Amino acid sequence: METIVQNIQTVPLNNYIILSSVLFVIGVLGVMIRRNAIIVFMSIELMLNAVNLLLAAFSAFRGDPAGQIFVFFIMAVAAAEVAVGLAIIVMIFRNTRSIDINFLNRLKG
Amino acid sequence: MTGIIIISLIAIVILFLGLYKLDKAIVPLAVAALLAAITSYALAWNTNIYYFNNMLFVDNFAILFSILTIATTILILLLSPGYFEKISSNVAEYVALILFSLVGVLCMVSYNNFSMLFIGIEIMSISMYIMAGIRKKDLASNEAALKYFLMGSFATGFLLFGIALVYGFTGSFNLETISTLVMESGGQAAALFVAGILFMIVGMSFKVSAAPFHFWAPDVYDGAPSLVTSYMSSVVKTASFAAFIRMFIVAFAGVIHIFTPTLWALAAITIIVGNVIALYQDTFKRMLAYSSISHAGYMLIAILALGPDSGNAIFYYAVAYSIASVSAFAILIKVKALKNSESFDAFNGLAKNNPKSALALTISMCSLAGIPLTAGFFGKFFIFTIAINQGFYWLVGLAILNAVVAFWYYFRVIIAMYMKSPSSDEKIEYGFSYKLVLWIAAIATLLFGLLPGILSGLL
Repeated sequence: METIVQNIQTVPLNNYIILSSVLFVIGVLGVMIRRNAIIVFMSIELMLNAVNLLLAAFSAFRGDPAGQIFVFFIMAVAAAEVAVGLAIIVMIFRNTRSIDINFLNRLKG
Repeated sequence: MTGIIIISLIAIVILFLGLYKLDKAIVPLAVAALLAAITSYALAWNTNIYYFNNMLFVDNFAILFSILTIATTILILLLSPGYFEKISSNVAEYVALILFSLVGVLCMVSYNNFSMLFIGIEIMSISMYIMAGIRKKDLASNEAALKYFLMGSFATGFLLFGIALVYGFTGSFNLETISTLVMESGGQAAALFVAGILFMIVGMSFKVSAAPFHFWAPDVYDGAPSLVTSYMSSVVKTASFAAFIRMFIVAFAGVIHIFTPTLWALAAITIIVGNVIALYQDTFKRMLAYSSISHAGYMLIAILALGPDSGNAIFYYAVAYSIASVSAFAILIKVKALKNSESFDAFNGLAKNNPKSALALTISMCSLAGIPLTAGFFGKFFIFTIAINQGFYWLVGLAILNAVVAFWYYFRVIIAMYMKSPSSDEKIEYGFSYKLVLWIAAIATLLFGLLPGILSGLL
């Protein structure tokens, strides 16, 4: 464990912040631009993983385990979300034979 | 805390009741468990106990909002007999999901640690994603579920990124530790910290459907089954606001002056967008969705004008709004079942055949509009008072102007009920529990409108 923390600390903290910000922005753009429900869903997972990376880096640099525990929470909850989200996407595919979210524009106003 | 345990256990028991086909016992058992939970919260008044290594803090603020959300859930469950049966035979799952989501709500209103906030929001939201899509063959319900799910997780991403940045600056998820650090820094804050709080504000604005992050709300509220919508627009919204304001009261009170312009703009845009678009709606349900956005704007004013009375003002507003909203949706469900339409025309001449339902809906519309003698008036009054005391004259002026505009769309349905002639002579049939809910809602709205002192001095 000690060596992992030391290895993480060999890279400056700013690089971690920049990397996870870039990943997060890619995720946000993916949600906004892509129209395939699965890809949008993957982009959201990318956002969550950017947060995980950031939390792990902060946790290692501060020597505080709380951040890593939070990462476990996020992973567990993301798994639960995947279960529900994929079920919703399958339900929609059965009804419309498509997972394009542009098909879903019946509600307007 | 006992309340959380009771509700979780009873939700599991209800799943078993469904397995053994004891459908008649589900709602009574759930209501009894919720009453027990309310009692356990009421007994904890003024005790201020920490749970789970300071992750939950059940103070009076948490107790008031817990009791409010549980009581609203009781009203909604009392409306449910006969409703879920039409959708599918698996009634037990739906009631259990509502109770599970209520557990998340209880975590959200009493959190003292950002991990608990996150867990609470997710427990609540994941159950609601399923509930929004329980009409599996109905495309509107499907669309609502997918939009709610995608936008909900998107918002969670923002909230988490904000939490991570705040953690990077302070080294803690605990609200009180963060608050101490903020106080020591004397109102100064690093860019990282400010960015973190901004991300959290964006995430929470999605959750409370504040403009410009509101676009998912009308579609979701419109597409989801009406009973689920009433839960989303009352309990979920109340809990999100309680969590939002708790974040600022406990942790970020020292740096809120940095975010005054942001919150000011959010509140102003939300009020204007909600009210103006609500004017152009043809269906009652969609009008209620936009009106719920405008109410989010009014409640944002209380967060903006943060002070010792803010928690109380938001509580009063949430009480008035939840009760009125539940009773409006209750009537909508019955009118929809009778006329198979949610448009304003479906309410034509309701007063002639069903004078009592028309009266109940009139009271709830008056409360939503903020007419004196109803609870909604004092809700707005308390919020505007604290905002004026802090010098937000322009924003209060704007809000009052918009409250006047809102009369138009709330009175549209009242005019339809009393002035227009009905298309048929059919009467709406109510069961006992349905009548009970409408009576409780009407009496509570008038009572809190005549005697605001009952609730206003609690916090």
